[in-house]
Amino acid sequence: MLYREAGQFKASYATDQQIFPIRQDRIAVAALTALAFVIVPLVADQYWLSAILIPFLIFALAAVGLNILTGYAGQLSLGTAAFMAVGAFGAWNFVLRVPGMPLLVAFALGGICAALVGIVFGLPSLRIKGFYLAVATLAAQFFVVWALTKFNWFSNYSTSGVITTQRMEILGFAFDTPRAKYFLTLTVVVVLALAAKNMVRSSIGRAWMAIRDMDVAAEVIGIPMLRTKLLAFAISSFYAGVAGALYAYCYLGTVEPEGFNLDLSFKILFMIILGGVGSILGSFLGAGFIVLLPIFLNTVARPLENLLGLSLPPGLMSNLELIVFGGLIIFFLIVEPHGLARLWQITKEKLRLWPFPH
Amino acid sequence: MATAARKSGDVVLKLENISLAFGGVKALSDISFDVREYEVRAIIGPNGAGKSSLLNVINGVYHPQQGTIMFRGKQRRDMDTHEAAAQGIARTFQNIALFRGMTVLDNIMTGRNLRMNATFIEQAIWVGRARREELENRRKVEEVIDFLEIQHIRKTPVGRLPYGLQKRVELARALAAEPSLLLLDEPMAGMNVEEKQDMCRFVLDVNEQYGTTIVLIEHDMGVVMDISDRVVVLDYGKKIGDGTPDNIRNNQTVIDAYLGVAH
Amino acid sequence: MSFFFEVLIGGLLSGVMYSLVALGFVLIYKASGVFNFAQGSLVFFAALTFVGLREHGFNSALALLATLGVMIVLGLLIERIVLRPLVNQPQITLFMATIGLSFVIEGFAQLLWGANVRGLELGIQDEPIEQITTYTGMNVSKFDLSAAGIAALLVTGLALFFSRTRIGRALRAVADDHQAALAVGIPLQQIWGIVWAVAGFVALVAGLLWGARNGVQFALTFVALKALPVLILGGFESIPGAIVGGLIVGASEKLAEVYLGPYVGGGIEGWFPYVLALVFLLFRPEGLFGEKHIDRV
Repeated sequence: MLYREAGQFKASYATDQQIFPIRQDRIAVAALTALAFVIVPLVADQYWLSAILIPFLIFALAAVGLNILTGYAGQLSLGTAAFMAVGAFGAWNFVLRVPGMPLLVAFALGGICAALVGIVFGLPSLRIKGFYLAVATLAAQFFVVWALTKFNWFSNYSTSGVITTQRMEILGFAFDTPRAKYFLTLTVVVVLALAAKNMVRSSIGRAWMAIRDMDVAAEVIGIPMLRTKLLAFAISSFYAGVAGALYAYCYLGTVEPEGFNLDLSFKILFMIILGGVGSILGSFLGAGFIVLLPIFLNTVARPLENLLGLSLPPGLMSNLELIVFGGLIIFFLIVEPHGLARLWQITKEKLRLWPFPH
Repeated sequence: MATAARKSGDVVLKLENISLAFGGVKALSDISFDVREYEVRAIIGPNGAGKSSLLNVINGVYHPQQGTIMFRGKQRRDMDTHEAAAQGIARTFQNIALFRGMTVLDNIMTGRNLRMNATFIEQAIWVGRARREELENRRKVEEVIDFLEIQHIRKTPVGRLPYGLQKRVELARALAAEPSLLLLDEPMAGMNVEEKQDMCRFVLDVNEQYGTTIVLIEHDMGVVMDISDRVVVLDYGKKIGDGTPDNIRNNQTVIDAYLGVAH
Repeated sequence: MSFFFEVLIGGLLSGVMYSLVALGFVLIYKASGVFNFAQGSLVFFAALTFVGLREHGFNSALALLATLGVMIVLGLLIERIVLRPLVNQPQITLFMATIGLSFVIEGFAQLLWGANVRGLELGIQDEPIEQITTYTGMNVSKFDLSAAGIAALLVTGLALFFSRTRIGRALRAVADDHQAALAVGIPLQQIWGIVWAVAGFVALVAGLLWGARNGVQFALTFVALKALPVLILGGFESIPGAIVGGLIVGASEKLAEVYLGPYVGGGIEGWFPYVLALVFLLFRPEGLFGEKHIDRV
């Protein structure tokens, strides 16, 4: 009843091509934005901000990046964490070495460093496809972490490459409380997510999807393979790089190259599989799911432990997590390969017709 | 019937001594033929005769080992897919090559990609040129949608469409590029009589209204003889006949190799 | 010069061990087009189960048999539960499913047997063979040589199995064309089941050898990651390719570490094979033994 587009007539192509063509969607998005910017900072405590919301937003951004490459352009990547690392260390070095470097510019430059590295490791994609390419991105994963650890210059000669982020200040305002960091993260993520949404509904997005769905036909239409694929690598890596910078500055504060390991890459990959491959919304849903799942498992397990009066062996939870994650991946791939975003879409389609489906 | 008078344009495409082989297998040997502006040129022949390979040579998917291609006055060894598209060559495929994950509208919009010049940054911010181009090209695409009568499926993902409509969407995608030369690879294969009639009408309308030159591969002899101005016949990668439909109908080599005894 | 050969031989021998892991990938890829990322987890699981059973008082022979049984059942289960519902899905989907699978197996293995690092004693010492040392002045590990021998035996056995038996012929038919194989009455699912069971067996052998060498620990799963460049070099579908690819990766990474490593601070073994494979891909995307693929449109 509530979610109905009947009566909303589109009189021009401009209104039909809005980012959210359905009025209820616009209202929902506006409400959500207000909630995120106004209500959440008022209500959420430090734990929620620092341990859940900030990482959720950062992972969502990295997932948007991976989704551009894998979901839209169809190039599988197992090296997202490496590009995050480049972004983090890039931003850190710009702040360290360039006096008066504005923070947001440093983040963007970090992202651009990641984009350049992404282009280098994307070059093989012109000749190889599928999991051959996945192996190429694995090369990025191992090489980048190795290089950041081995060449101490990147971490200003600290042991084992650990860096501690500098104090954050934008226009004289210090971002040192969880709330301020949340604001910063939220703003960056919302802006970049909107940009991503705009790209995927423009000609560049269509070019990516065309290459994903049928590359020969895309070439015949005149879509330049080289430029389109490399652009996907560059933009995807830029997003991952900015996410990496936020990960270092707004979430952890202290990071080492090893922190951006293959497991993190897989984590981001799982987010887009669960959330929805080829969906910006799905990136957020997947990130939320993966951030909340361990917390959920813990809250379920603890009372159970007390109730049954037995102490679970240490490591049980982490192993259980592995099994649940892996199991969910398989389950989703079998049952709903388009992830949570598709489920959401189906719900919306049902809602449109409800309560009179005929 | 086609109006012969209007269709005697200049030669726009000329293939000379094209030979193409995959490893040891010869797909095309020493093929020469030309296409005149505004005409409907058919390529016929049994399965495996090299018809699709020939189209692939014309728009640069395959690169022949020998021969030259002259298109719009420029002679070259082979075509490049991107250049072919930029020069106004569009095509459809034998096995539908639509982008299955996208809607009909988005599929057809990809046909306009070459005409959109906004950078990805403009597109990301969705202002100025990017927005204007989206709207202008959308208008053009809607014209094609009207022309091919597929308004009702605009927002449907192509994967959900029946075969006949998919073929039509593929034609729409090619037309959206406003090509001067349109290559159609079996546009009517697997269609029922009604769908075939619709498709014939569309092909002729495109030819007449937009003055598009058309090269098509087709197995239905009735259709070929009806709509084409000139016909090339291939067999085992060799050209065995070339001429008007009437010529071909009476060509003994063609009858022996392909048409069989006239009914 | 003899140092060079020592490094080379050491590399080749450890390369054989990579081949062993790569073999598991190739078997499954050939038969069902699945790139089984979980092969490394299977190796880990097999080694852990063997060690775990021995800790629970099984003697070696019994533990070996029991583990073999477990691995075969596991292989069959994977085929039934994970892969059968995903038949005809894009390869990338299958690949991602096996990533999920690797998490499940790893979690399950550690849940069952704990996460401690354990030693695995096979009764072969990792020490230089005296005769060779006195004769040529090179150190060649007895263990490496035995492992290479076992691997060679396994490969020969598998090659015979697939070329001489009825099942082997059926497998090759399936590898060529699922539909056609089905059409001539080859029981597809039965063949897939057998292949997964064999892959489980190969994982067991690899797990024992690698476990004995590096200790039975989580890091065993990373060995499988090393098998990826091996596959790229050798081609996903070629058993000889897996062998040769393994030898190349083993030898080149050791040589690179010894001769190139000092210039860049060492530790390049971790990524060198990937970069090698990557460069190789640029020139020959189909691998050493793979067939050139022509896109038909």
